[in-house]
Amino acid sequence: MTLELAANHGVSVQENGLGSSPLAIRGLTVSYGQKPAVFSVDMTVQPGAMTAIIGPNGAGKSTLLKAALGIVPALSGQVTVYGDALEKQRARIAYVPQRASVDWDFPTRVIDVVLMGLSRQLGLLGRVRARHMACAMDCLNRVGMRDFADRQIGQLSGGQQQRVFLARALAQDADLYLLDEPFAGVDAATEKAIIAVLKALKEAGKTVVVVHHDLATVTDYFDHVFLINTSKVAEGPVNQAFTAETLQAAYGGRLATAQIDQISRALG
Amino acid sequence: MSGEEFVPLSLTPLLIGTFAAIACALPGNFLVLRKQALIGDAISHVVLPGIVVAFILTGAISTWPMMLGAAGAAVVAVVMIEAIRRLGQIEPGAAMGVVFTTMFAAGVLLLEQTDTSTVHLDVEHALYGNLESLIWLDAVGWSSLLDIDALAGLPPELLRIALTLAAVSVFTWLFWRPLKISTFDEGFARTIGIRTGPLGFALVITAAIAAVAAFDAVGSIIVIAMFICPPAAARMMTNRLETQIAWSVAFAVTSAVLGYVLAGYGPLWLGMADAVSAAGMIATVAGLILAVAAIWGPCRTRAGAPGSA
Repeated sequence: MTLELAANHGVSVQENGLGSSPLAIRGLTVSYGQKPAVFSVDMTVQPGAMTAIIGPNGAGKSTLLKAALGIVPALSGQVTVYGDALEKQRARIAYVPQRASVDWDFPTRVIDVVLMGLSRQLGLLGRVRARHMACAMDCLNRVGMRDFADRQIGQLSGGQQQRVFLARALAQDADLYLLDEPFAGVDAATEKAIIAVLKALKEAGKTVVVVHHDLATVTDYFDHVFLINTSKVAEGPVNQAFTAETLQAAYGGRLATAQIDQISRALG
Repeated sequence: MSGEEFVPLSLTPLLIGTFAAIACALPGNFLVLRKQALIGDAISHVVLPGIVVAFILTGAISTWPMMLGAAGAAVVAVVMIEAIRRLGQIEPGAAMGVVFTTMFAAGVLLLEQTDTSTVHLDVEHALYGNLESLIWLDAVGWSSLLDIDALAGLPPELLRIALTLAAVSVFTWLFWRPLKISTFDEGFARTIGIRTGPLGFALVITAAIAAVAAFDAVGSIIVIAMFICPPAAARMMTNRLETQIAWSVAFAVTSAVLGYVLAGYGPLWLGMADAVSAAGMIATVAGLILAVAAIWGPCRTRAGAPGSA
């Protein structure tokens, strides 16, 4: 069954049948109560691509990422990271949670949050040395937040908080970057800064997956899309999988026809 | 006060009170930041039946069976809270409330039914603490600190709370980084391989051990003040967790020392005849420190606090 699937998807077949994709998901089902939030989803992330996970509110976009990373328990399903068990490849993953998921009153400074990205290197009791500080400052610089290093995180605007989270992910120096709604509620300057950083990551050969909600920017920002509404709707390059039909299928009546027309026109 | 009077009568209660306050304040910092502060209260209440059962089984007041009983009760409580939360599909606060009041009530009933008149395990001591009676009768002055025979007569509670404080300190130091990261951002903590479930459980168990050991000093009702007041006051003094821990220790020591001294001598200074409960006074001082920090502390207005934009 798994072999068949892999063959159908045209991915290279290894022992586990999931290939060496940066992130391969098979049959993932997650439920918070009676109703499944994510139902039997398959996903194969293309290496070196920028993929948007799109779907209506409550479609299971964030849950898909969280379950794939083991943050929330899955009822069933298989996840491999670079063809290997998740636990063995954690060092290659950087995850940026939704900004609203943490308490920004937490007594800590911007630089301390970025240093959390280095905790695998630091270990349990390793001291923060000059090179770690330099690395963290460099990551802050890349998101334009160098001058804020000593600020308490509660004093930042939403956009600045999001950039600090991105800087922490950069400090992890991963191969696969997973971001949950990084553009939600941020200012235009931050959105620009974040997309520039993500595109630079892609140029450097990294793989980027973003839970995204703004359909208007999908074609500008991403080269692959994954449409979900509890179950998978479509997956592939933007020009093939991001169409009026797939959007209609994912959003149903929730997306105004006018909006779909507009997107279709933009897609040419 | 001379050494002849201070060392036998006041030194050990002061040390026990201080150690207990610090041992509670250290995990208290994380519990308060995790919005789990009441778990300290819950645990301190649910261990009562465990202690009483241990006493009934062994028929004596001895440290280790009672600590084991307390730890067993704490584990039972944590499992029950989880079970009620999952099976009953109710919020954790309510599950905690149900479990801790029920177990505490069971403990009080057990205690009343047990013949404890000959030993000092009675309702009052378990509830209000026993600090004033933890004296060192073998001491004759400061020189007794170097006298092996006299040291053997130290109250066993002192050794117990000192070991507890050492264990709590080691836990905080060793797991500082994972505790800090998982308290701030649990999802991220998991993705970097921190086992947040067992770590959170270990924190609660550590708090439970501190709570049980602190029974001697402040009793099961007031121990919650030692978990919440010093860390909450410390949070208003600084915006860095490292500094907050230092402030919370300073506040814990101040509460214990000032509370003990005021309880013993305050009423005399006011012309009253009797001393008041040290435990009550320690908690009162801790509350006053919190009030002062809430009014004048430099970091009391925060992004999410009401009244600030």
